[in-house]
Amino acid sequence: MSIENILNCSSVKWMESHEGQDDIVISSRIRLARNLIDLPFPLRLDQHSGNECLQRIKAVCEEEIPAVLNEIEFTGFDQLSNLDRRILVEKHLISPAHAESNSPFGAILLNQDGSLATMVNEEDHLRIQCLLPGLQLAASYELAQQMDDFLESKLEYAFDERHGYLTSCPTNVGTGLRASVMLHLPAMQMTGQTGQILQNIGQLGMTVRGLYGEGTEVSGNFFQMSNQTTMGQSEEEICNHLQAVTEQIVEQERMLRERLKLDLKYQLEDKIGRALGILNHARIINSTEALALLSDVRLGIDLGILSGIQPYALNQLIISIRPAHLQQCTAQEMDALHRDIKRAEIIREQIQGIK
Amino acid sequence: MYCEECKQKPAAVHLTQVYNGNIIQLHLCEECAAKKGGFIFDPGNKFSIPNLLSSIFGTGYTVESNPTTEIKTCPGCGMTFNDIRQTGKLGCSECYQVFAKEMEPTLRRIHGNSQHIGKIPSRGGEKVLLRRQLDNLKTHLQEAVNREEYEKAAEIRDSIKEMENRLV
Repeated sequence: MSIENILNCSSVKWMESHEGQDDIVISSRIRLARNLIDLPFPLRLDQHSGNECLQRIKAVCEEEIPAVLNEIEFTGFDQLSNLDRRILVEKHLISPAHAESNSPFGAILLNQDGSLATMVNEEDHLRIQCLLPGLQLAASYELAQQMDDFLESKLEYAFDERHGYLTSCPTNVGTGLRASVMLHLPAMQMTGQTGQILQNIGQLGMTVRGLYGEGTEVSGNFFQMSNQTTMGQSEEEICNHLQAVTEQIVEQERMLRERLKLDLKYQLEDKIGRALGILNHARIINSTEALALLSDVRLGIDLGILSGIQPYALNQLIISIRPAHLQQCTAQEMDALHRDIKRAEIIREQIQGIK
Repeated sequence: MYCEECKQKPAAVHLTQVYNGNIIQLHLCEECAAKKGGFIFDPGNKFSIPNLLSSIFGTGYTVESNPTTEIKTCPGCGMTFNDIRQTGKLGCSECYQVFAKEMEPTLRRIHGNSQHIGKIPSRGGEKVLLRRQLDNLKTHLQEAVNREEYEKAAEIRDSIKEMENRLV
């Protein structure tokens, strides 16, 4: 039962370490939007067409699945509680909109390690997502593409020569591809350079969002950057372009980190030390403050100022202190105060080895 | 962060506009954002790309119904172009054909382009694939002729003929 494992496990694929290449780019994601031919898009599905859509997709998962996809399993939303869905959102496997939609036709196709998560009947019939740790856009695209090929060998997609893959929203039509990277840019933020960099990103056809994608705010110096347009460029071009822009940003962030270390050594160490101090001793902490302080600690680890924890363990910690995970951990509904108390407790436990 | 307009309520809408290469960033509360206009804003819903998008369909500030396009209804899902403008979403794949003309400027505005180049599904996309290969071969033929490699050009020409027969 992969879904049980994924829900209960503290880690999914993207949180793992990636050969020391995951200090600034935390994870890479590829998303492909696809729709089935002859059926209205999810927004317009009725009982009959909705069931038909779910049945077609479910039937594919009962076929023999290529080994590379690592055992895809279908789970309908009727088998998932609200809490389960919120946990999937916090693990970045489904979108907030998908979790909140009360569509009776919602489902998710998940593989064993959570690297492939396909949302069923979110805004489109299928949204294939592949998430990998570090900067791995090409590998991520390759895996998503294999999932796409597998689904496409069994299902006929809505496609036309001029418009490409047809999607509910015209912002996704064409390749249906949204490639994104999650970046941790504390030095850029501290030196007040994010504004300028983000301006340039806009001109390069990229867009920046918060930790949980569309409509969410940037917090804890984590940014999600993705391509803006999906038509008129090939999939490879889109990925290569994002890769190139990401590499430039990474280089810039590295340079700034080094400069901070040289020019503002004591201020930097002070900031990081204070962050660790608060996290070690706080008894009540809200999610925004925790994320900001953990961002400082992460920088300290990346720069060798602190040691005693692996960066991937910090990824897991950041997710495990989100509200739904806290509720799962205590097996009860909590008000904001009790969540803040529990959050502080978990953080203290997890970071006690950091020096 | 507080709203830049009223400076009282927390900013809930973060708008980045690129206008002639200049970036304008606005941080507004929902009410001031709605007053500002420029996009269709439904305070009942969270601000999202589709809200912003419905303005791309229309002329800008208000979306007025256009009697000529309103009459046309997609036989696949029953959506009118006005529905599409208001929701920012199409109802089914047929909408792309039915409202091709109306969608053209929108797609250009969003993507700067309205022609797909990229992956083609092998199922249902056979003819498209063949046509792409054909275009490639024609380019190669021209190159071979330019290089005066006539034997190779003849081979390519035969492949083109064979492919054209398969397309008919």
